Amino acid sequence: MSVGIIMLVHTALGRAEQVARHWAASDCPVVIHVDKKVDNKTYREFQNAIRDEPLIKFSKRHFCEWGGWGITAATQAAAEELLHSFADVRHVFLASGSCLPLRPVDELKEYLDARPRTDFIESATTSDVPWTVGGLDIERFTLRFPFSWKTQRRMFDKYVAFQRKLGLKRRIPKGLVPHMGSQWWCLTRQTLSAILEDPERPKYDRYFRKVWIPDESYFQTLARQYSANIESRSLTLSKFDFQGKPHIFYDDHLQLLRRSDCFVARKIWPHADRVYETFLTDGAGAMKRAEPNPGKIDRIFAKAVERRTRGRAGLVMHSRFPNEGWENGLTCSAYSVFQGFTELFEDFEPWLAKATGTQVHGHLFSPERAEFSSSQTVINGGLSNAPELRDYNGAAFLTNLIWNTRGERQCFQFGPMDTQKICWKLSNDPNAQISVITGAWAVPLFTANQNFSDLRREAARLQKIENKFLYKLRNPYAKARIRIWTMAEFIESPMEPLQTIIDEIGNAPQRRLSEAPKMADLTGFGQFLQNLKNQGMHPHLMGDFPIHDDPITPVKKQRKPYLVK
Amino acid sequence: MGIVKSYRLRLQRKRWRIRAIRKRRELEPIRNRTRQIKRGDIFLFSTMRNEHVRLPYFLKYYRDLGVNHFFIVDNDSTDGGLEYLSEQPDVSVWHSQNSYKRSRYGVDWLNWLQLRYAHGHWCLTVDPDEFFLFPFCDTRPIRALTDWLDASSIKSFSAMLLDMYPKGRIDAETYLPVQNPMDIACWFDSGNYTIEKNKKLGNLWIQGGPRARVFFPDTPEKAPALNKIPLVKWDRRYTYVSSTHNLLPRGLNLVYDEWGGEKASGVLLHTKFLNTFSEKAQEELERKQHYSASVEYKAYAERLAENPDLWCKWSEKYINWRQLEILGLMSKGNWA
Repeated sequence: MSVGIIMLVHTALGRAEQVARHWAASDCPVVIHVDKKVDNKTYREFQNAIRDEPLIKFSKRHFCEWGGWGITAATQAAAEELLHSFADVRHVFLASGSCLPLRPVDELKEYLDARPRTDFIESATTSDVPWTVGGLDIERFTLRFPFSWKTQRRMFDKYVAFQRKLGLKRRIPKGLVPHMGSQWWCLTRQTLSAILEDPERPKYDRYFRKVWIPDESYFQTLARQYSANIESRSLTLSKFDFQGKPHIFYDDHLQLLRRSDCFVARKIWPHADRVYETFLTDGAGAMKRAEPNPGKIDRIFAKAVERRTRGRAGLVMHSRFPNEGWENGLTCSAYSVFQGFTELFEDFEPWLAKATGTQVHGHLFSPERAEFSSSQTVINGGLSNAPELRDYNGAAFLTNLIWNTRGERQCFQFGPMDTQKICWKLSNDPNAQISVITGAWAVPLFTANQNFSDLRREAARLQKIENKFLYKLRNPYAKARIRIWTMAEFIESPMEPLQTIIDEIGNAPQRRLSEAPKMADLTGFGQFLQNLKNQGMHPHLMGDFPIHDDPITPVKKQRKPYLVK
Repeated sequence: MGIVKSYRLRLQRKRWRIRAIRKRRELEPIRNRTRQIKRGDIFLFSTMRNEHVRLPYFLKYYRDLGVNHFFIVDNDSTDGGLEYLSEQPDVSVWHSQNSYKRSRYGVDWLNWLQLRYAHGHWCLTVDPDEFFLFPFCDTRPIRALTDWLDASSIKSFSAMLLDMYPKGRIDAETYLPVQNPMDIACWFDSGNYTIEKNKKLGNLWIQGGPRARVFFPDTPEKAPALNKIPLVKWDRRYTYVSSTHNLLPRGLNLVYDEWGGEKASGVLLHTKFLNTFSEKAQEELERKQHYSASVEYKAYAERLAENPDLWCKWSEKYINWRQLEILGLMSKGNWA
């Protein structure tokens, strides 16, 4: 009889009875505290049901409210009862009604027998714990909390703010250093009785009565006063989510619990029949004798908290709709936008697809239709190329496209002839790689067979639109990776910028580009621009084009052959 | 939100409640088994008309999920559905001959029944062609979810409507009683949904999916809403406002996270597109009892005459809830 169990119970009494009997069957005395919120009739029935078991006793009932003193008072009462009634108990293990022993009780006994002087209680100074809810750590000990956090939340917050503002503080009793930690501990008789029989106890109790969540700090602080050997960890596997409430284990966690090698887990869903059945039949020798290893469970629950607080980047759905600025990624992965490249190069799209191995679309935001790669009418995720559907929510269209094609980089063309609503989103998205050759929209006009006055009007319109887009790209809040060249600048040495862009996309093996896309024939383009100027429309986005000198003169001079005689 | 606006919403909520109370007279109880209900039971509410063929599987699906009692309003069925329902041991059924449209598409009737019976219970409000999926629904009953929601102080749970469709013509395969409709209509669109926020009531407004893609490519604003909040811990002060798309008080509509995280959510598999559909569309067009002068049914009828294949190369085939969670159509949130 080395271990005694204190069980704090408030619901699922049937399960509590099952577990209590399980402990008692292995010679562990149990003292049960039932919350006073449970009505007397239910309580009496519960008591009668366990009457036949001499190792199970009940302690005086207290009202237990989360965050209040009741739980601590209940623990004290039960601990006194246990130490008093069962003189040969050496370790006292605090558990709740929804705790479940995962390993045979004998193993726990052996484990504790081998460490007769060790107190297992998680106990850390306030500055060292990251898990506090509501940002209260040391303030739990120095402020007053007359309002309930659960039911009078607004008053609670207001009163805390009020005390902070006025600088009101309670004095911590001399000699105490506030420590906090998991509510579930396992203390030796020596330490526990020293805490309970301390002549100063009335003073400490008076103080802790008004501390917030004293069940996480009372024993944790006082154990530091008396214990010779504290091992600061809990033997109870218990995971908390971001609101500070424990994660619950279900039947589908069975394998996970088996592999955790922990002695006791909380909290188990009362209807998890298979879990209870598996661990309460004593043939559970399947568990090997090993040090507790809750690593895998840790990871699963840490992931759950991460999902709840940060979510999946670039996902917009019916339970994740972030406010502006809180998206944690406007889109889910990197993509490239090209403006002016298809105009300047005749075969840019197939060339780009070949050079980078990415999916290359045409003008996704063209007014006629979304030009998906290989002229598909519908693409990943059922995204349609109908312009009305796309423009109904252009930003969502882009987010969806990038989300639907996760794992494959997307490239698309953009230009002043496209619908422009998406511009702000593009410039603000860190995932966007935007490359612009300004003024290249003039090339199709230059080759078009149209009346010059129409061309002039169109050129003026496009230049205006592109100017606006450039303005958005150059605003100080733009987060995209943006490169802008004037057309004159670009065609001087097109390979270099192309190489940079493609290296950045980084899909293809790193090597020098061997072939460039074929550039449109620009003979006479300078004159065309001059004509526009002569008509009073000044195309300035292309940079400086000489009028007569045709810009590209890549004609290589034949070197004279050396002849060696 | 200002005091004026909040007071207006309060008045609106009261108005819907009074309307629901008035409309109770349109309901004639056929079998009232509500004396069987126990504390903590989980309820299902539904209105239906001529859905007999769907009923056996529908009831089985939700019984397996762990629903304890069904509350069904039958809107003048002529196919024997009413008789079938009144024989079921866990179904309370009411009958109404009155206008579906004038009861605001059944909302008033159900609001009344919920007001009367559902206080303090978890309520699932779904149509007979909707199948509720939640995270871990293959290994945990619905009570695991509601217990967790209770423990987390969450009062309402979102589930987006996901339109399911067969490959090929909608009427190619005949749906038989007891058959799983998802065996026929097993395809869905995974990533073409658009979301906006309803500033007034705070709910999200979701459109898209195959219906927007095929029936409303030119007028996407007319495409039907897909946001639903079918699971609510009912209080007699609550009312559904428009179908199960939104509720009052408006706090119940905040089923999404606004700070980048994901709240737990589910999906309603919508198996409207079976062979029964064309017939129904025709009938509804004549009855004119549906939303916005049945604009939806008009659009369907037009397209249905052509070639009603909703399937495309990029349709996804339904496997299980985990697939939907990976695709981003639902989320486990912090439930693990």
